[in-house]
Amino acid sequence: MFSGFDFDVIWRSLPYLFWDGMSFTLMLTALSALGGLVLGTLLALMRLSNMRVLGAIATGYVNLMRSLPLVLVIFWFYFLVPYLGQMITGSERPLVVGAFSSALITFTLFEAAYFSEIMRAGIQSIPKGQVSAGYALGLTYRQVTGYIVLPQALRNMLPVILTQTIVLFQDTSLVYVLSITDFLGAASKVAQRDGRLIEMYLFAALVYFLISFAASRLVRALQAKTAIIR
Amino acid sequence: MTYNWNWGIFWEMSPEATGTYLDMLLMGLRWTIATALLAWVVALFFGSIVGVMRTLPGRTVSIIASAYVEFFRNIPLLVQLFLWYFVLPELLPKTAGMWLKQLPNAPFWTGAIGVGLYMSARIAEQLRAGIKSLPRGQAMAGTALGLTTVQTYRYVLLPMAFRIIMPPLTSEALNTVKNTSVALTIGLMELTARARAMQEFSFQVFEAFTAATILYLLLNAVVVFGMRRLEKSIAVPGYIAGK
Repeated sequence: MFSGFDFDVIWRSLPYLFWDGMSFTLMLTALSALGGLVLGTLLALMRLSNMRVLGAIATGYVNLMRSLPLVLVIFWFYFLVPYLGQMITGSERPLVVGAFSSALITFTLFEAAYFSEIMRAGIQSIPKGQVSAGYALGLTYRQVTGYIVLPQALRNMLPVILTQTIVLFQDTSLVYVLSITDFLGAASKVAQRDGRLIEMYLFAALVYFLISFAASRLVRALQAKTAIIR
Repeated sequence: MTYNWNWGIFWEMSPEATGTYLDMLLMGLRWTIATALLAWVVALFFGSIVGVMRTLPGRTVSIIASAYVEFFRNIPLLVQLFLWYFVLPELLPKTAGMWLKQLPNAPFWTGAIGVGLYMSARIAEQLRAGIKSLPRGQAMAGTALGLTTVQTYRYVLLPMAFRIIMPPLTSEALNTVKNTSVALTIGLMELTARARAMQEFSFQVFEAFTAATILYLLLNAVVVFGMRRLEKSIAVPGYIAGK
């Protein structure tokens, strides 16, 4: 089965695959996870706030994002971001946005919806008495949220957040539809250039598997370690 | 330069000359639905088998099942579809590979089965959680009554477990619909691909994607409505979800 297998093509393209491809994938994953978490936390706070309008906006946004396929959202933002940029900066033509920025904006906005649901669950898992106690001590909303609610919510939800980040890591492969050179994009370019589809796609699958598998094991270990004993 | 809106575009003929742009999108919707339905059947079938295997006492069986789940969960769906579509035919014996490649509608079959297998790992995990959530007395009672393992699962555990996991199954059904869009990378002309094609032909980007968005939202609504109806009709009396 592997008699015609060309391991050399993998070996030759390793620097390209990892320096160009994997660094893009990892950078995109890390930055959009961070951005998504911040934005998602804001969305969750909006949703749980007493202000009806804010709650409705956040709920609408989260539900819309969660009911669309990521591929469609990637296309949407790819075309929409230049016009949004034009609107914001007031320039005469649609802004030229690089591949990385476009992907980063897309994934941040898309993942924010998912992270917001995670953070909402985390915030709602904090006993109400703690919030009341905070207010009774004279803390403001900002202080109660920043010092009491969010640190605990984040800690409780850390394993879920990291698991979602692993999902995000796999999902970034979908930038393939924009012909961006992420890890899979790089593998696919080499595959097509050298006519080595089998080797490159199997290798890509193996790399994705090893990273995701190892990361999910780490998350599980972390989960056992950080669990708060009640 | 500003964007020229033209909502009348949907009633113009598409260059494929098989109808208007609207017909083109609706055709895509039909492929999305067909792919999602077949994928859902595949996912439920394999998901149920693997989910049950993960709860069986035998060590070998549960190792095989968890390897299955890890394989499908840790490789991106897009890469899995590439493996099935580009790699598998080459690794098979020549005649089988040729047969696979020449299959009519190959992107549809590969996409549907690929998405189905990917989703089956998630369903297996849900089902395992459902079975584990049952009091262990239920399985013991089955054994005490003289039921075989197969009978215990068929008459006691599975009917309860499937009803308990109805809410997560609903969101997995929605995920299945959404994931069919990844199959556009292997050439399946489903809804997102048609919207993209419409954008390329007509340059009306936002009209095309708005229409696709609305169609996806409608499809989601139908799935949620159907699953809720089913959930209500099979809810177990005496549980919070029951009557």
